[in-house]
Amino acid sequence: MSGTAAVVEKPKTYWVAPISYPAPASSGKTGLWRTERPVIHLEKCVKCLYCWLYCPEDTILRREDDYVYVDYDYCKGCGICAAVCPTNAIDMVPEGGES
Amino acid sequence: MVLKALTANHAVAEAAKLARVKVVSAYPITPQTTIVEKLAEMIEKGEMEAKMVRVESEHSALAATLGAAAAGARAFTATSSHGLLYMHEVLWWTSGARVPVVMAVVTRAIGPPWNIHVEHSDVMDQRDTGWIIGVAQENQEAFDLTLQAFRISEDPRVYLPMIVSLDAFILSHTVAPVDVPSQQEVDAWLPSRRQPYVISPETNVVMGNIADDADYYMMRYSINAAMEAAKKVVEEVDEEYGKAFGRRYGGLVECYNCDDADYIMVLMGSWAGDAKKASDLLREKGYRVGVMRVRFVRPWPREVVQEKLSNRKGVIVFDRSISFGSAGQLFTDVAASLYGSTSIRGVVAGLGGVDVRPEDFMNEVTDFVSHVEEFGRVYEPLRWHLPPKYAKSLAEEVSA
Amino acid sequence: MYMELRFHGRGGQGAVTAATILARAALLEGKWAQAIPEFGAERRGAPVSVYARISDKPIEVHSNVIEPDIVVVLDYELLKVVDVTKGLKEGGTVILNSPVNKSPIPSKYKVYCVNATRIAKELNLVVSGWPTVNTAMVGALAKATGVIGLESAVKAIEEYFSNPTLGKLNAEAAARSYKELEPCSD
Repeated sequence: MSGTAAVVEKPKTYWVAPISYPAPASSGKTGLWRTERPVIHLEKCVKCLYCWLYCPEDTILRREDDYVYVDYDYCKGCGICAAVCPTNAIDMVPEGGES
Repeated sequence: MVLKALTANHAVAEAAKLARVKVVSAYPITPQTTIVEKLAEMIEKGEMEAKMVRVESEHSALAATLGAAAAGARAFTATSSHGLLYMHEVLWWTSGARVPVVMAVVTRAIGPPWNIHVEHSDVMDQRDTGWIIGVAQENQEAFDLTLQAFRISEDPRVYLPMIVSLDAFILSHTVAPVDVPSQQEVDAWLPSRRQPYVISPETNVVMGNIADDADYYMMRYSINAAMEAAKKVVEEVDEEYGKAFGRRYGGLVECYNCDDADYIMVLMGSWAGDAKKASDLLREKGYRVGVMRVRFVRPWPREVVQEKLSNRKGVIVFDRSISFGSAGQLFTDVAASLYGSTSIRGVVAGLGGVDVRPEDFMNEVTDFVSHVEEFGRVYEPLRWHLPPKYAKSLAEEVSA
Repeated sequence: MYMELRFHGRGGQGAVTAATILARAALLEGKWAQAIPEFGAERRGAPVSVYARISDKPIEVHSNVIEPDIVVVLDYELLKVVDVTKGLKEGGTVILNSPVNKSPIPSKYKVYCVNATRIAKELNLVVSGWPTVNTAMVGALAKATGVIGLESAVKAIEEYFSNPTLGKLNAEAAARSYKELEPCSD
């Protein structure tokens, strides 16, 4: 009987291993798709973290003190964070050309 | 003639409607979806008198289509890529049952890795199933072939199902002018449905029963005889369609710039348009090059291929698919028909929707011509026309 | 006459509709046309390109448009992220939806600007929060290049929309844009 684990022999080109691993920016900087940007007013934030929990793109980032900020490189501007915020601390502001 | 700006998918849906299809069953898959989406819309709006049978998979979609067709309804379905592969078993059920059915196949690459762009592997994978396979170059031809398919499939000399093949996105989602005839004109041209038998709940009947081995053999013989007979039917239908609607395509193949050609490119589908352009440009440079566009993969137009391609200086076949470990499927059929009577090269290009331009065809042809002139008789089954970004890395790939 | 065009927009902004209306308008004038969407999965907000060909003869070529004669930009913000003049033929035409009547495009190209966003908003052509600028840009294209006339553009737009009120408003957007379009530079 052979051993339990397969031996992985890495091929010379990735064409032989047609797989990919999750990584940021596989579709480029998706923040460029945004037409409105979420702007967080920390003075109204109560650290409930709803926005952090609901963001479908994991672009609401959590600081050590549990305040949040936005990763604008990848935020697509869907507005879910603004919709779920119980204190209306997030405004959706049009990006330049749309105003 | 009233030209409408339609995608090929919507053109095919219009043709199915004008053929008075009574049952549509399908399962969505890109890039086919907009065909049955349009049909569903037409049925919902009352513009088309038909039933849409919703199913959970492509296997069931073709099974429901076969059931409706066996019961006497003109039935239609459409699919692509993985959906077609999932149907594969029922393709055999349909042809074996000798039930006329028409299916549009929007040809798309097969995963993994995932790719929704044009490639002919999905439809070429069905060559041996006993379906007639017609291939369109333009939106208009996708429309015309769909109408013709009902007449061919339901001809008593044939009684076999037919695939209408059209290229993903390049045709399916591209808007181009299409002449859509009136319902009266189509009614006058397309006779009522004919089929070898009809099943009904009132009569006990078994489909797919066990047959004596020798009878089974003879049923296979009969499918092949029907395929051979279909060649004549295709030509007749092309001619009669031309009389009624003013468009003829030349039957099983279309030849362009062929008459005095020393070299002929052979291929099928939308990129034949780019090959024709290449042929024109090559002639300006003094190369006498023609294009043979294969319109029917099955039945294989052996006789006309022999007639048109023998005694040329060379034949270069472009496949947008490959039988791994062999060569492009069109190449193998062309080479078998020519049995060494001329120099021949097979080129595999455009897999996964890689753009192939008139310049690409020109480069391949001039390379082939110089090869033939240097070596005399050439037999080269498989040459890779690599994507530009990898064009220099063949050696690396081979050594991997 | 044989022209190749490229439209730059964002997924959901109506660039495919703009190309389709162009093809229909060309057909009304007895010309041949192809309107070719970018062959990929549609994603709202993502930069997309749409292509078209117009000719007075049937077009059989199906390979990609890589050296357009005309480029239409539906969204000024795209200039920051997309090289809209890539492959554009020498002396080619760029038509910009610009809020400022200014263009950073090199002056070796013929550049025209129109504020299609303002026109769409004035006519209340706003869908899901986005001004639909595509029909205005078809009007601008007619004026800048003459590949189609305004009359056939208006007719094609009115025929495209099943809702006649919406058809009229979009046709009006094209007509206003046709009137307002101006050459522009830095």
